[in-house]
Amino acid sequence: MSDSSHPPRTDISLSRVFWRVYRRDLTLAMRSVGQWLNTLFFFVIVVSLFPLGIGPGPQTLATIAPGIIWVSALLSMMLSLDSLFAHDFNDGTLEQLVISGQPLSVIVIAKVLAHWSTGGLPLVLLSPLLALVMQMPSSAYGVLVISLAIGTLSLSFIGAIGAALIVSVNQGGVLLSLLVLPLTVPVLIFGSGAVSSSSMGLPISTQISVLAAVLALAVSLAPLAIAAALRVGVSVGR
Amino acid sequence: MSESVELLLEAKGITIWRGDNLLMDELDVQLHAGDVLQIQGTNGCGKTTLLRALIGLAEFDEGEVFWCGQPFARARDGLYAELLYLGHKPGISPGLTPLENIKTLCPELPDDCRADVVQVLDELGISDRIDLPSAALSAGQKRRINLSRLQLQQARLWVLDEPLTSLDAQGSAWVREQITKHASQGGAVVFTTHQPLSFDDISVSTIELGGAE
Repeated sequence: MSDSSHPPRTDISLSRVFWRVYRRDLTLAMRSVGQWLNTLFFFVIVVSLFPLGIGPGPQTLATIAPGIIWVSALLSMMLSLDSLFAHDFNDGTLEQLVISGQPLSVIVIAKVLAHWSTGGLPLVLLSPLLALVMQMPSSAYGVLVISLAIGTLSLSFIGAIGAALIVSVNQGGVLLSLLVLPLTVPVLIFGSGAVSSSSMGLPISTQISVLAAVLALAVSLAPLAIAAALRVGVSVGR
Repeated sequence: MSESVELLLEAKGITIWRGDNLLMDELDVQLHAGDVLQIQGTNGCGKTTLLRALIGLAEFDEGEVFWCGQPFARARDGLYAELLYLGHKPGISPGLTPLENIKTLCPELPDDCRADVVQVLDELGISDRIDLPSAALSAGQKRRINLSRLQLQQARLWVLDEPLTSLDAQGSAWVREQITKHASQGGAVVFTTHQPLSFDDISVSTIELGGAE
């Protein structure tokens, strides 16, 4: 019978667990294009509205560009966080993942990385174009991309803690921003700081180091917090 | 007491309050290898809550759960490695096909498990739906996709919440057959159901919830 031909659940390699969930989430994201395009459009529209609102003075725009691009990226990431665990919670997949007998933190890392691949990575790739719109000196493009790549990944991990905490709460969107936004402030400050310094020709290694440190902290600790929050979430909500 | 048969799941003194409602008071549950336990009761009497409490998916106010003699907190991973829980929510994402859903729910299946899945779905009469989006499936078909896990996964403990909901006669006969087979092979089953469910070859113990004790 087919029962006997499959290994027991304790023998599954972590990479299998990881790729299964990662690929699943990417497949789901690719089939609901509107969802992640929404994030991207929001980012593009918010940033490109500033030159219209403030006026096209290159000097002013270039000064505020790092902050604007970074704040918009942060808000776009927040926008997509809501749905990170909500759909899986509602259709029951989440509780099945929790009791699947596989390490939940690995599953969580896969889900967060899938979220970043569809919600964060496109922002990073598109950011030089927006930097152009904002009249930023081209010497700062590289730093912008690097700081956004590190920063948005941290934001995904930090934000996922909040998304996991509110998973069983109806209409938890407001709660989510309240919970998560304060935690994202350091990323915002050092991220936009790095880009500002770089466009003024100053050294940026401090800010990038701090960003990388935040990422290391988030990657190593957030999955545990997210897993714990999800366990509570599925046992409270029905 | 059956001395020779292994005690798998044990709950002692489970007390659950929901608001001002006492759902169950000092309830004891014992499940040995080969046991089939049916939880009965009216709507809202806490059948699902009890099932979920047994496997750590619902909080309870007093009592303790043991898996193979170990307290739940320490035995959780061991329990989950041998657990198959089919709940109210099917665990089927509407955006994925049945095959993709099954792969997510059964990580132990290899990536090329298609033939195995087709074989089981064939038995359930829905193998032609394997590549359709799950959103297009009826409730009964979703239930069948879910039930295919009874054959695809290895688990000593089955916790089935209303496994017969939205199934036709043929479907519920299949479920009955699976439960019988599982119990006779030394597995344990806890389930809830509204429909009367009779087994010929195995004995079923029952717990009645909701004041009837």
